[in-house]
Amino acid sequence: MTIIFKEETFHDDFTFRNSPEAVKRFPFPFPEDSYMYSVNLEPHKSYRPGSVYERTFDVDEHYVSEMRDRARVLAEDPLRCQSLPHMTLAGWDLLELIMTSKAEEYPELFELRRDGAKWHWINRPLGIEQKFTFLDETTLPYGPMEYITRQTQGDFAVLDQRDDNLWMDAGMVTTQADWSLDFDIGMNFFEWHAPVPKAHEMGIFQRALKFLLNVQQGSPARRLNWTMTVNPLLDTSPENYHKWGVMKKDLTLENMGQMMHLRVELQTFFRLPRSNALVFPIRCYLIKLDELVTVPKWARRFHRVIRDLPAELATYKGFITNRPKIVEWLSRYDDGAATSPGIWPD
Amino acid sequence: MLEGSIPSRPVYGVLEIRPGRLHLMVADAEGAQAILDLAASAPSDFFAGAHIIYLPKKSGDKFVARLERLAPAQLYVGPSYEAALPRLRRVLAGAHMGLQVYLAGTEGLMGQAMFEATQAGIPHSAIQTEHRGSTVRRVQCVHCKGITEDVTHDPFRCAHCGLHLFVRDHYSRRIAAFQGVRIDAEDPGNIPESVERFR
Repeated sequence: MTIIFKEETFHDDFTFRNSPEAVKRFPFPFPEDSYMYSVNLEPHKSYRPGSVYERTFDVDEHYVSEMRDRARVLAEDPLRCQSLPHMTLAGWDLLELIMTSKAEEYPELFELRRDGAKWHWINRPLGIEQKFTFLDETTLPYGPMEYITRQTQGDFAVLDQRDDNLWMDAGMVTTQADWSLDFDIGMNFFEWHAPVPKAHEMGIFQRALKFLLNVQQGSPARRLNWTMTVNPLLDTSPENYHKWGVMKKDLTLENMGQMMHLRVELQTFFRLPRSNALVFPIRCYLIKLDELVTVPKWARRFHRVIRDLPAELATYKGFITNRPKIVEWLSRYDDGAATSPGIWPD
Repeated sequence: MLEGSIPSRPVYGVLEIRPGRLHLMVADAEGAQAILDLAASAPSDFFAGAHIIYLPKKSGDKFVARLERLAPAQLYVGPSYEAALPRLRRVLAGAHMGLQVYLAGTEGLMGQAMFEATQAGIPHSAIQTEHRGSTVRRVQCVHCKGITEDVTHDPFRCAHCGLHLFVRDHYSRRIAAFQGVRIDAEDPGNIPESVERFR
């Protein structure tokens, strides 16, 4: 397996594109022609070779450019990465989980040599080689969570478990769908989900929390979530909303296919061994509507989902104003034919 | 009183007497009335172990004489929360087992004092809160991170960066503030008329 890493940007000139291979493996999130919240959690097991579900931490053609974008965002705003003092051990747990998984699953790209606590990490795509002492912070250029998540796609929320709740006490958050780590750090599961409409009354969070509190070491879980983003912005933070919000105005039927993106989060949940914390990676995948409609089943289904989505959810996901335009554009790719069950292309 | 419920927002109760060696009371404005009400059911020697930190704000002298009559071991009347903060931190730093904390008044005051108390290691179970008086909000601008105190109107202008912000119903205990987000981010210049939502 060889990945050709793309040179591309997620800001200013927005040169991000998916290759046809990347489109084929895109985690399209709709198993049927309509959408409502659900606790759609399942075991995070290796599944469908080549898909984003095959490996513990998926590495794809956007890896190098995404890591460059993360460094850019952190340079502008260091508050995107924070860890409360009691979370350092969880950071080491996370570093171990990622290094061992990547070295085992991508041996051409990553290598980890261990001699007791003396570790030697090699990250070939990013040109990083680091010798350090496991559990000794002074031997790394950043704290352990920051160090490893500067080299891993997706956001990371590290959750402390106590009092039958999960507390967002550390995180690396630069590719988020409009939430602020700096504001939410220290909150419990219900508190940080407070702004989500409908789901509280539906009991979604109670059930999800119950499930997550019981996630065991070695048995990670996963789910998909989605929203829509104008321009391929990984960083749609509330901090920068006054810069990217205005871009929504530029959307037209002519530029829709290139400018509008379906944004899918592959969320996974791992129990960490020493700290008993739960790590919650939130990996963002973007696809242009022009790319999405190359799969006829997805084009038909996506039109129906967006058209029929309750207004409250379209508002929460931030595209209520543009919805009529999006639906009109997508309708050209929906001939009314039936779609097959499941998320995969026919 | 406080309308609506937000899962991220604390639930406030009614102060009650609890056994303890030191009773630290922090109140602002109408919050003094909660302490006076508490006094009605207090044993005679209760205030001999009490330290009251009181910030009258707009209520001026209205409650001060009545607080003095409670004869607390210590009564501090200060001009602002910021001015009282070094004192509050010193008291918390010297706190032993058996400290009870009573917070009363505006949400902004209780939130900030709660943060200080929990940072000092006081367990949640030893901290009580009671909302009294104004519902004005303390709001953090999500863009510049500056905090605007005593917000009455929505939208309002951030006291730091000047953006027009709407007040989101999302509350951080750590910051003791609601979140303010630019209201005209998607359509710059389109700012709806400001409405008084919090008094």
